[in-house]
Amino acid sequence: MPTTYAQPRYAFHAPPHPGGTERARVVVVGGGLVGLTAALDLARRGVACIVLDEDDTVSIGSRAICFAKRTLEIFARLGLGERFLAKGVTWNTGRVFFRDREAYSFNLLPEQGHEFPAFVNLQQYYAEEWLVEACLATGLVDLRWKSRVKAVENRQDGAHLSVTTPAGDYSLHASWLLACDGARSFLRESLGLPFTGQVFRDRFLIADVVMQAEAASPWPTERRFWFDPPFHPGRSVLLHKQPDDVWRIDFQLGWDADPEAEKDPARVRARVAAMLGEHVAFELEWVSVYTFRCRRMKRFRHGRTFFLGDAAHQVSPFGARGGNGGVQDADNLCWKLAAVLDGTAPEALLDSYDAERVPAADENILNSSRSTDFITPKNDAARAWRDAVLELAEDWPMARPFVNSGRLSRPSVLRGSPLNGPDEAPGAAPPGTPAPDAPLLRGGTAEWLLRHIGATGGFTLLAREVVPVAMSGITTLLLADTPRPGALHDHAGLAAARYGLAPGECALLRPDQHVAARFTTSAPEPILAARQKALGL
Amino acid sequence: MKHLRTDPRIADPDEFYAALTEAHRDLDVAASRKLDAKLILLLANHVGEVTVLFEALEIARGTKRGDTETSNSRDMT
Repeated sequence: MPTTYAQPRYAFHAPPHPGGTERARVVVVGGGLVGLTAALDLARRGVACIVLDEDDTVSIGSRAICFAKRTLEIFARLGLGERFLAKGVTWNTGRVFFRDREAYSFNLLPEQGHEFPAFVNLQQYYAEEWLVEACLATGLVDLRWKSRVKAVENRQDGAHLSVTTPAGDYSLHASWLLACDGARSFLRESLGLPFTGQVFRDRFLIADVVMQAEAASPWPTERRFWFDPPFHPGRSVLLHKQPDDVWRIDFQLGWDADPEAEKDPARVRARVAAMLGEHVAFELEWVSVYTFRCRRMKRFRHGRTFFLGDAAHQVSPFGARGGNGGVQDADNLCWKLAAVLDGTAPEALLDSYDAERVPAADENILNSSRSTDFITPKNDAARAWRDAVLELAEDWPMARPFVNSGRLSRPSVLRGSPLNGPDEAPGAAPPGTPAPDAPLLRGGTAEWLLRHIGATGGFTLLAREVVPVAMSGITTLLLADTPRPGALHDHAGLAAARYGLAPGECALLRPDQHVAARFTTSAPEPILAARQKALGL
Repeated sequence: MKHLRTDPRIADPDEFYAALTEAHRDLDVAASRKLDAKLILLLANHVGEVTVLFEALEIARGTKRGDTETSNSRDMT
């Protein structure tokens, strides 16, 4: 059915030692969105890895589509930001309808002065294709297609994998293993690690349709969500625009729907036609039916094996917290693993992956569960409350904050992290906050702050109107109120405002673009101590 | 004369909404209606002002429409 995208097929290469045993420092299992992001992040930090994937292509069909601002910033750090902006569909506005009326709309990024928008919509396969290209270009990622893990053993010095390929089987000993093998993770199940949570009794139909520009003209580039619309009574519908004139529509079907019957193209066409109008021309690009759960592993680190993305935690699709959460896992883990491997940090630093990403997963699960409860009320009382909210929302602002068609992905603030250092003058961006972006000038040329943070791998000290002494392991970024050679000119004052920096103050930023600590002076001792703390020393 | 406040005032609306639906989770229809009735009586007493209560009643019955303001920009849905 897909006509807008030609699936790449990657060449399989016979393993170097068929029948034998190979050793590798880092192995990533699962060459999907999260596994490839992790491999590229490690490579950017100089760490080589092997990626095993049982298939020989990128993701098929309609899966992750909404890439959130923080995820785009991570991809920008990895060198792919401009590709997402160029190809993806940028949107900031969401509009909610109840029956035949608009209930209200909202802007997810009301503030100017950020390089990336609230969201870019893009088919997951494009993201994966670009990640594959970027991984190969580093020369540090050994991508092994058609390579399936059939057994795993977790040992003190790493994980022992049995890999099966078309050219025979072999053993692979990984000193460090990143399990990115999805919601039905073979590694998680083989190791007998529980994955618990809540099942939702509902089904959703995904219909991706191709509508040429003329037919699509009444549909602006925004997220639209309907509760109980006339064209799909009693249930909800979600519409997103993607590149290539593809529109993704999610129809709520209810638990009793027959998934096979619902996938019948004639039936899907009728649903789509009822929504778009009988006269509108469209082609079906993709159809699938899904159910979902919200669940997670108790811990994501198991010795030298780490679980990332859907393998570690699963959420409902409302809020775009699955793919985004997974990419943010990779962002969190990879600089730590690189620091341990090059001897900068002790192994204990890796425990902070659990300390930081388990609460983030809980935040994603909580938000997506609440959205699901609003969209699919569990009883008559819950439905009455929901409909009351929706009826009031059109006229009365008090009701609008209760409308929940998905609380869209925002990065977790790592408030309780053991890596957080002092906050000498509490205000904006406390330790644990993802580093805010800001527009700057360098030699009169427009620049973005985040482009300067973490790209080279180490810590960054953001110093406003002060020149700190050189400190080992820390790159200083001078922030000037007026144009000055060697400094970034904070011409709009947004960097100072977003980091809460008065002249003479500094903020220490981690390699994954998070605030580690904030200081009222540039005295080196507390800054160096905060770096040590953020490295688990 | 006091007026009903219709601007959003609850700091974490999702938390409150979840508690509300949770309270109804295992109740039958009659018990659910009684729970809501008690809730309204408690809150009405807290409000105290009869003009405010009548205004709320009018809105709930759909006999009073608001001036459709521009939507808020809270990051949600």
